[in-house]
Amino acid sequence: MTQHTPGTAVAATGLRKSYGDHVVLDGVDLDIPAGTVFSLLGPNGAGKTTVVKILSTLIGADGGRASVLGHDVATESEAVRAAIGVTGQYSAVDGLLTGRENLMLMARLHRLGRTDAKRRAAELLERFDLVEAAGRPAATYSGGMRRRLDLAMTLVGRPRLIFLDEPTTGLDPRSRRDMWQITRDLVADGVTVFLTTQYLEEADQLADRIAVLDHGSIVAQGTAAELKRRVPGSHVRLRFTEAPSLESAARVLGGEADTEALTLKVPGNGGVASLRELLGRLDTESILPEELSVQTPDLDDVFLALTGHRSADDNARKANR
Amino acid sequence: MTTLTHALGDSATMVARQLRHMQRYPSLTLTLMGMPIVFLLLFVYVFGGAMGAEGASGNRSDYANYIAPGIMLITVASAAQGTAISVAMDMTEGIVARFRTMAIARVSVLSGHVVGSLIQAMLAVAVVTAVAVLIGFRPSAGPAEWLAAFGLLALVSFALTWLSVALGLVANNVESASNLPLPLVFLPFLGSGFVPTETLPAGVRWFAEYQPFTPVIETLRGLLLGTEIGSSGIQALAWCAAIALASYLWARKLYNRDPAV
Repeated sequence: MTQHTPGTAVAATGLRKSYGDHVVLDGVDLDIPAGTVFSLLGPNGAGKTTVVKILSTLIGADGGRASVLGHDVATESEAVRAAIGVTGQYSAVDGLLTGRENLMLMARLHRLGRTDAKRRAAELLERFDLVEAAGRPAATYSGGMRRRLDLAMTLVGRPRLIFLDEPTTGLDPRSRRDMWQITRDLVADGVTVFLTTQYLEEADQLADRIAVLDHGSIVAQGTAAELKRRVPGSHVRLRFTEAPSLESAARVLGGEADTEALTLKVPGNGGVASLRELLGRLDTESILPEELSVQTPDLDDVFLALTGHRSADDNARKANR
Repeated sequence: MTTLTHALGDSATMVARQLRHMQRYPSLTLTLMGMPIVFLLLFVYVFGGAMGAEGASGNRSDYANYIAPGIMLITVASAAQGTAISVAMDMTEGIVARFRTMAIARVSVLSGHVVGSLIQAMLAVAVVTAVAVLIGFRPSAGPAEWLAAFGLLALVSFALTWLSVALGLVANNVESASNLPLPLVFLPFLGSGFVPTETLPAGVRWFAEYQPFTPVIETLRGLLLGTEIGSSGIQALAWCAAIALASYLWARKLYNRDPAV
């Protein structure tokens, strides 16, 4: 069922996993072409980390089959491990070792000789902007630095498939953008990236294909554009003090008028240019809205649209830990 | 053949990691040495006069001679407690999850701990023995006996360390990992470590005579002070081999199960 065709990085059918009575994965199918970024999108407790753990051979599945780069995760785990790199949500660095020592440790475990190991460590320290901090114990690093070191350690062995499990959770906006750029660079090098995230924006920015996971099942799959078509798009919301203004605005701009609330919903992405144009058109008609706000769909909207409920409840979240 | 080479190479890398940890976090090693030294000073200076007077031979220095082997064993057990703590700490960190998803010899994570702890324990034994000599321990051993005594202690340490690795793996958190091996530290007290077993009440004496630490203590005492060893030597070796093998198999089984989520 999970036959390897060249160009397939991950193939999985019917993956199931339960802990006691709690079903974490309820039949997950995946088919990820090599060299692409695939994003598993879902709230806490949806089962994203469990999928990563099964595909990265950390735990076994209760049912279903999965192969990674042509190797069965259950029966050829050693071959899978040799080809993948995992950067988890919880940092996997050795806090007592310095940044450089952490990288050297990885290099030794990948059986690089001393000279090659040193060169590889230096190269990655440079690439991840950790040269200055290289001699300090990793325990003293900031969150963003730890995450970068973590990813650098994953890359020491030049994996062909990288699992990034919520790589930006808990990071400040600048570090998050750094991680995005790093991810794009990886893809440019031909690496396949399996990304889990709870941020729609992140999946949108990075992924070629997105699968939405909810309560252990995939509820939607497609490109970001395809998924967005199924979600109420972003729009500009205008509020007026009187009905005549609302009516003339609706005539000029179109959109959806709510005569009770005196609001008008106009489709649009809220970019500066389109806002300026929109306001310009209102201005020529001498219409002055009381209030203007830009509404963009977030993960909750995606969930509401795709599953009919808001993101998973707290019980599921606890159970996934 | 390459599998074995890889296992050895990966284990060596992991041992280097443990030694680096020891160097970065020396307080753990010092704490582990501290307890047996406190016991040593306490017993020799507080109880030594009275205990020496009660026993056959008399003075404080004789009592120092009598308890030194037991103290050395406590040192090894105390170091083993440190192993359980560091294994449990490791398991709570993401780094071991990383090791598990890498194509490395799986046993190397554990053997790194074992060899690292063995080095730590032998270092602690050397320090504690030196303190004992400073306060009146006068062994009669020649170089061969010393070598044999340290060899036996290394063997005991190897066995107890594998046991501690298993205890560190079975513990859910660092606190219980530090408590589980605690009985090991007190076993020498319920043996021939501090008083001759003949002086103990019947039930305790039976336990004292058959528990694994007693033949080890008797063998050490024989090697270092020239007392009768008899069958204690072979019993000590058998106990070490049995504990090491059983603990290794247990630890390996615990490590290979799916990690808790």
